[in-house]
Amino acid sequence: MKNIIEVRDVKTQFEDRVIHNKISLSVPKGSIYGLLGPSGCGKTTLLREMVMLQKFNSGEIEILGHNLNNIGYEEAMLLRREWGVLFQSGALFSSLNLRENIALPLVEYTDLSQAMIKEIVEFKISIVGLKSEDANLYPSQISGGMKKKAALARSLAMDPKLLFLDEPTSGLDPISAREFDALILKLRALLNLTIVMVSHDLQSVYDTLDKVAVLDNKSVVYEGDLKNILNVENEFIRTFFKGMK
Amino acid sequence: MHHSSLDIIHIDNRLSLKFKGELTLYNLTKYKKIVDNLDISKESSVVIDLSELKFLDTAASIFIYNLQKHLRFDSSIHVDTLCDNREVIDMLELVNVQKLKSKKIPDKKKRGYVRKIGEKTYQNYLVFLSFMSFMGELFAHKLHYLISPRNIRFKEIAFEINESAIKAFGIVALTSFLIGLVIAYQSAFQLKLYGANIFIVDMLGISVLRELSPLITAIVIAGRSGSAFTAQIGAMKITQELDAMQTMGFDPYRFLVMPKIAALMITLPILIFISDIMAIIGGMVVANVELNITTDLFLDRFGEVIAVKHFFIGIAKGPFFAFLIATIGIYRGMLVRDDTQSIGFNTTKSVVESIFAVIICDAVFSIIFTNLGI
Repeated sequence: MKNIIEVRDVKTQFEDRVIHNKISLSVPKGSIYGLLGPSGCGKTTLLREMVMLQKFNSGEIEILGHNLNNIGYEEAMLLRREWGVLFQSGALFSSLNLRENIALPLVEYTDLSQAMIKEIVEFKISIVGLKSEDANLYPSQISGGMKKKAALARSLAMDPKLLFLDEPTSGLDPISAREFDALILKLRALLNLTIVMVSHDLQSVYDTLDKVAVLDNKSVVYEGDLKNILNVENEFIRTFFKGMK
Repeated sequence: MHHSSLDIIHIDNRLSLKFKGELTLYNLTKYKKIVDNLDISKESSVVIDLSELKFLDTAASIFIYNLQKHLRFDSSIHVDTLCDNREVIDMLELVNVQKLKSKKIPDKKKRGYVRKIGEKTYQNYLVFLSFMSFMGELFAHKLHYLISPRNIRFKEIAFEINESAIKAFGIVALTSFLIGLVIAYQSAFQLKLYGANIFIVDMLGISVLRELSPLITAIVIAGRSGSAFTAQIGAMKITQELDAMQTMGFDPYRFLVMPKIAALMITLPILIFISDIMAIIGGMVVANVELNITTDLFLDRFGEVIAVKHFFIGIAKGPFFAFLIATIGIYRGMLVRDDTQSIGFNTTKSVVESIFAVIICDAVFSIIFTNLGI
């Protein structure tokens, strides 16, 4: 299997407002794939459709060989363990501290011992660059950057093959943002991940992405690598990539 | 302050509008009036002189843009704009570019009453459908529970029992005690007139056990725990915690919804029992003080005339009321959208709707029990 995700002719409509008009794209294995586009073009909607939080009107999405159109309850539950999702604001469970947040999938889905889980959590905490003494803090007690890191650690808890990131660097200061980019590259190399991200951060786009899809006017105006992107006649692309010639 | 002025110079058929100082949205209206009142039909040429203008904001440059456009509409007039200030030129240029690009915001379509009623009805129909699909999903998940007890989240149920029921003991007990007191006090006055003092026991026993306790308890719990369900789930929805749970494969129905419903269905009958006791104690106090009925006499009579079925009917209503309160509270929480107002709106709705549903359900029970002769 070469492509981890296949999106074919997806059409999305909210009442009579068309969001996606026959979108197709494919994410190759091992790549860091970016969804770009002006705000309101439906990047996040597409991401939500991929992780089964939202339904689309027609077309097909296939993820890790599972077709989302006719997926059953059990199959969907299995698929959900194979990916990790990082939400824009982290979405850590506010009633649990960082350690419990990260341990939760392990506690629920595996029969590992408490000691083993503790070790795994310690490893995940250090791999994302958090300090182990932070592990007992609650989400309300930590900064935005730490929340993102902790949420990343949680999404990595089950060692997923596929990681979805929704604007991973938004709300971070430039230094933390670059650190986060480096972290994502490191993780990809270490864990052999495939990463799909929505981003607005030009630096992050150039530093991390292998392949991008630009969504504009309800469809994909460009899909491919960053080298050829400036050859495309599109206002968003021209404005967005202007500084990078 | 903004010093500004407009000199209107008229030579032959040539009109010159000389703006000076700062032209901003604060003084724009004044000049617009003056310019609009000018009669330009006889002029052959108009000069808009901006050379002594120090500053121009966007509103003012839109005004200049519209003025130029308005003057050029009449092709017999020659329009000239004089300006050498770089900033002013840039501002005008910006507006020119934007004006070409921007489209008019369409006016809201006016809708007739028939259409409004139709749309409202359709919306309510959609809400009804989504509630039905919520119930359907709930039912499917109940099956999961039944298939394997391993799926039951005992820890969460225990937590919810503590949160939404055990912590409510105090308020339920106090409310019921006071209701018992008040009802007994009001009827004691009437009963005394007829010398029918002892019948306070019959009256109080049946009304409290059968109707009052279940209703009072349900209303207190709807206001206290039902609203908490809505607010909690709503807030989790806004912070994307629900989404996170779903993508991690933690079924919110299993982790959040079912434990809450189960906890309330288990504990509401117990709370009704507490409420029964407290309301009767309240009545007993009044009977003792106002009607000279001793506690012994009260309890003797109570055992004689109040059939046990009244107690069981009251308790049996508990799980049904609990199911209504919990499902409506949770469903309303799920409806919360991504804005802060909607938590308040849905919390209010959830309390009102669950109390309404409880009363309807009580009425239905009343009819059923009467027809069955219980």
